[in-house]
Amino acid sequence: MAEHPPKVIVTKLGFDGHDRGSRVVAAHLRDAGMEVVYTPPWQDIPTVVKLATEEDADVIGISSLATDHLLLPKLMAALRAAGMADVQVVVGGIVPPRDEKLLLEAGVARVFHPGAALEEIAHEVRALAAKARALRETAAP
Amino acid sequence: MNKPAAPFQSDELARAETRWREAFEESPGADTRIVNRSGIEVKPLYTPRDAPRADSIEALGYPGEYPYTRGIYASMHRGRSWTQRQLIGLGVPEDYNARLKEILAHGATAISLIPCNSVYRGYDADEVPEELLGTCGVVINSVEDMDRALEGVPLERLSCGMNDPSPFTLLALLLAVARRRGLAWTGLAGTSNQSDCLSHFVANHMFFRLALPGARRVLADHIAYCNERLPSWNPLSVVGQHMQQAGATPAEAMAFTLCSAIQYAEDCIARGMAADAFLPRFTFFFDISISFFEELAKFRAGRRIWARLARERLGAKDPRSWRFKFHAQTSGVDLTRQQPLNNVARVTAQAIAGIFGGLQSLHTDSYDEVFSTPTAEAARIAIATQNILREEAHLTDVIDPLGGSYYVEALTDEMESRIDGLIARIDAAGGMYRAVENGLVQRMIGESAHAFQQKVERGEQTVVGVNAYRIEENLDGYRVLEYPDRARIEAQIARLKRFKAERFAAAAHGGLDALARAAQSKDENVFARVVEAAEAGATHGEICACLRRELGFGQPLTIV
Repeated sequence: MAEHPPKVIVTKLGFDGHDRGSRVVAAHLRDAGMEVVYTPPWQDIPTVVKLATEEDADVIGISSLATDHLLLPKLMAALRAAGMADVQVVVGGIVPPRDEKLLLEAGVARVFHPGAALEEIAHEVRALAAKARALRETAAP
Repeated sequence: MNKPAAPFQSDELARAETRWREAFEESPGADTRIVNRSGIEVKPLYTPRDAPRADSIEALGYPGEYPYTRGIYASMHRGRSWTQRQLIGLGVPEDYNARLKEILAHGATAISLIPCNSVYRGYDADEVPEELLGTCGVVINSVEDMDRALEGVPLERLSCGMNDPSPFTLLALLLAVARRRGLAWTGLAGTSNQSDCLSHFVANHMFFRLALPGARRVLADHIAYCNERLPSWNPLSVVGQHMQQAGATPAEAMAFTLCSAIQYAEDCIARGMAADAFLPRFTFFFDISISFFEELAKFRAGRRIWARLARERLGAKDPRSWRFKFHAQTSGVDLTRQQPLNNVARVTAQAIAGIFGGLQSLHTDSYDEVFSTPTAEAARIAIATQNILREEAHLTDVIDPLGGSYYVEALTDEMESRIDGLIARIDAAGGMYRAVENGLVQRMIGESAHAFQQKVERGEQTVVGVNAYRIEENLDGYRVLEYPDRARIEAQIARLKRFKAERFAAAAHGGLDALARAAQSKDENVFARVVEAAEAGATHGEICACLRRELGFGQPLTIV
């Protein structure tokens, strides 16, 4: 049976609406053969958690250009509370070095900065999707 | 035979060009094809044969004369420098006030006000996640907040540019403050930046609050109101910057912006306003990418096209209506997080292109915008860059110094024809509103963004430090801006709650009810009711909530 392609949600939390990055990345991941669920900006945490559950997502990609990444610790906690700790979360955009450490400590798998190559993002997301599935299988009874 | 002989007979010119071409074709690099961001192939050499209009008075005019290719004023920067309008806004109103007074003391002559992202989304501080308050702009929700933000600032003497999208609550709060201070509204000068709802729907959803039809109506109401009551206020800034930052090519950004301006003007004319009554108060706002010659040609071409559109298509007879006044900002998208100090060089090149392009107002980005909202130190370098270019490098000694360059004139012509072609395409799609409602413009911009990214990834477009000249570096040493103090944010929320509790509630609610009725009516001026509601004590969030209910909440189209 053919392996189901990685399933990735590409979204933006909070108030910012600059979406060039999320659109370009979403289009590239789709072209790279992944199943991409793309949302408009301004999502809140419960909506993203619900979407991840319904879509059985492997990876959530959050684009943040204007400090919305400060909501990430709350998103990570909400995913754990919903029993979705296996879902891998990546962030792309403008994240000060100081904040990157906080995000990684909160459980974010990877922060992509401006200049990250699309190929590199796709490669990493694919690897993280495999990790999410492995975690899920280990956890399954 | 009273015509003097041309310095070159055309066949002599042709022979010289043939000789040069033969030599060039044997040289290294002869088969390199170069195409600019707008898709125009750039030749290795331009000669008089490429720029037949380089000395045409019809095509260029003199500075201050139709079609304004060489500049909209007779003296341009020789007479008066551009406005150095750096964007500021952070934290709570007191933080903003301190920063504003500091930059005014350093010689700034204009106020800019960037509100918090929660304000852009249409909310008050007491209805959003606290982490995000004041991190990218100042929290202003009430007339008291605005009063504190502008405490001790002589409003009557400074031009005030506010990022204030539909329904223009910040202007309403400013008017309420002016009334409290006994200032005549007719004396207030400034611009409602981010009033261009089409650009927000297309490209920068940051500023998009109301559904498009409602935003369209409120904008026309706002222009009509300002036209009548605030003669020194620019109610509209038509924005190409968002679209170019989102990936539009320079030609696309210029074309789409002009198409939006046409739609707004036609809406005003449809309401019975005369073109010459409102067009002199139309302003524009553009991005300056690092594609140097392309950018300055974009501005020269844009001026010429706007003059023609205003005169011929919109029927304006007053030369002030034909003048293409624009603010420009150096492109943040071109900046890199890698080797961040290199951004100072990028901003310098961008700024020169804008200055040679004849801008009226300039914001130079800070090199550290790749990390956070700028630190004060980086913002000072950005301002100094402008001062150095003007006063040390003497860029402004001569008006339109690149005018007459074979390349610049040929490129201006080519950009013009490309922009005209794009305008015709949008016209054929039914105008800008139709073209964005059916996603055409967003698709074109998305494709251009993707194509540019591919060029970078394939190495066809060098980005120093990203796909070339890379180094190992540790960025931990760069200082980034501190987030606002949490205690001050909490105090701000408490103050807002107190304001709501202590105001004359019946008046505030009455103002909001009247606003709702105006929105339900067909012909009442909605913005006039926004102003009255603000004066009656209604807050920004309450006004936006009312109009969201009545006119619908904006959602961007999701095209990937």
